[in-house]
Amino acid sequence: MSRLSLVPCGEFKTSYRADTTLFATPLSRNMVFLGVVLLALAPLSIGGWRPVSDYWITLLIQIGYLGIAALGLNILVGFTGQISLGHAAFFGFGAFSSAWLNNTFGVPVALSIPLAGVMTTAVGMIVGIPAARIKGLYLAIATLASQFILQDFFARADWFTGGSAGSLAEPFALFGYVLRGDRQYFYVVLFFLVVMYLFAANMLRTRDGRALVAVRDHYLSAEVMGINLTKYRILSFGISSFYAGIGGALFAHYLQYVSIEGFDILLSVQFLGMIIIGGLGSIMGSLMGTAFMVLLPEAINAVVNILKNTTWGNIPAVTDGLAFFKQAAIGLAIVLFLIFEPDGLARRWRLIKAYWKLYPFSY
Amino acid sequence: MTGDRPLVEVRDVSLSFRGVRALSHVSFHVDKGELFSIIGPNGAGKTSMLNCISGRYTPSDGAIYFAGREITRLKPNARAALGIGRTFQNLALFNHMTVLDNILVGRHHLIRSNFLTGALYWFGGAEREELKHRRAVEEIIDFLEISHIRKAIAGTLPYGLRKRVELARALALKPDLILLDEPMAGMNLEEKEDMARYVIDINEEWGTTVVMIEHDMGVVVDISHRVMVLDFGRKIAEGEPDAVMAHPNVKKAYLGEDAAADEAPAEADGRSAVAPAMATAVSGSRVAAQ
Repeated sequence: MSRLSLVPCGEFKTSYRADTTLFATPLSRNMVFLGVVLLALAPLSIGGWRPVSDYWITLLIQIGYLGIAALGLNILVGFTGQISLGHAAFFGFGAFSSAWLNNTFGVPVALSIPLAGVMTTAVGMIVGIPAARIKGLYLAIATLASQFILQDFFARADWFTGGSAGSLAEPFALFGYVLRGDRQYFYVVLFFLVVMYLFAANMLRTRDGRALVAVRDHYLSAEVMGINLTKYRILSFGISSFYAGIGGALFAHYLQYVSIEGFDILLSVQFLGMIIIGGLGSIMGSLMGTAFMVLLPEAINAVVNILKNTTWGNIPAVTDGLAFFKQAAIGLAIVLFLIFEPDGLARRWRLIKAYWKLYPFSY
Repeated sequence: MTGDRPLVEVRDVSLSFRGVRALSHVSFHVDKGELFSIIGPNGAGKTSMLNCISGRYTPSDGAIYFAGREITRLKPNARAALGIGRTFQNLALFNHMTVLDNILVGRHHLIRSNFLTGALYWFGGAEREELKHRRAVEEIIDFLEISHIRKAIAGTLPYGLRKRVELARALALKPDLILLDEPMAGMNLEEKEDMARYVIDINEEWGTTVVMIEHDMGVVVDISHRVMVLDFGRKIAEGEPDAVMAHPNVKKAYLGEDAAADEAPAEADGRSAVAPAMATAVSGSRVAAQ
């Protein structure tokens, strides 16, 4: 299946440049452009009529900043073959860093977000140092330790996080113009999302990206091919933390308040769930998985609400069970994906595309 | 490269793993442009020797020089940058990457762009560099006749082709020295002949020095310039292929004490009886050197 070519007949490449494009076909490129344009139109209102509700805008923003962080984790786990159970802590570190830079030094928010990414990178690389020596379960435990250490740091470092009171974060402003409301902030998230995904896609098709995948697939022969394993294992942690930091910073300036709670191990596991469901080692899969994880509770909510309005809703056992099911659904989704779709939504999407390409013949 | 110094010089190298002596006091040298084979029975230390040169193992004793520079304790990735490429006995491709990407990984030390310029791709020269190296890689693909599979995922390929992709990846390093660990193991006659032809071409046309481990004595005798025989970690013979095959120690190592004694009369007429015997033993074939 992996050899199934999706390039339509008659699509010939006449130069190496044409053969190394980001998108396999002009059609797929145009579809992505169209998707971005549609997203850019989403917050607009036409004469008071808003095609996308406020609630959906908040969901899309959530998918945006979580999607950036999930892509970072996918670079670490899916592309480099390491593991991290501390991604939420880096996400949180990015959130506090941006707020701290802005509040303490007056760094404009537009600048403090990328700088927060850089600060998180530094922390991530320190945490990544053990990764140069240990693998698998041991690395999982080491990153778990970093999760708890950072969480503890958040609770104690009043100068940095505001302690239990949390810290306030200014809204995003550009050249003195303050973006207010979700509909305006949406564009900030969309901008970072597109740029960060583009960076990742480019990085992964050039030298260092190939080196990361080589380290994952066969580290011994990667080393013989001239790849410095230590450097790339730590670099992978750095890049992954950079993405987590940017995602966290966007989160901070979206809520405009950062609490020390919420960056716990559960969120770390949810990040892992996103990339497993989306597809390990797939860039677009990271976004698909994030969307799935954000929308799944919404979908379940909708179903529960419908059920509540039927006669079933009068039976307490059923309503209680549904509340419980909402909690369990994400765990169930991860388990089902691991069993039935270990390569995630990204592969399913490829199969759907292949199906339509070949339709109505199956060969 | 000065002509008088050998490209590779192994001086008195020993290697032990907790008391098991894999190599003891092995010395040899490989001249530039040579096609040098290492043979020996299973467990003789051939791959260990190769691993010492490529940096996977550090010898417990002795020194290794490459192009006049001591590399005994250099990390494997630094050796790649010096121009040492290798293939593995058991396939070691990056199974989830395409053939093209696999080979491009071999260019790693020749590419300057990093993750920052890579992320900016169109600005900062990464694209230009990628295309330049793509061109170089395509030459290797043409040479090894694997253009039809360049977009295939390496892990899905049949064995013979994977071996060829591994060779391509090692060649992409632009090595001065290429170490081949059983390049023809498990291949059928046709694939073996192809592979032997590639090895000769790499050596003669590209001028790359080759150190090869191979069990097929027919191939070894036909294409190597010089042969070294290892047995239980010791060097027991070295020299021209035919002379080495006729060496009594070599017969003893391969066929045992008694067999070597039985064949003693046959040796008198100067022809090696061992080479054909060994060739049949490993169901080898003779390959015509071009």
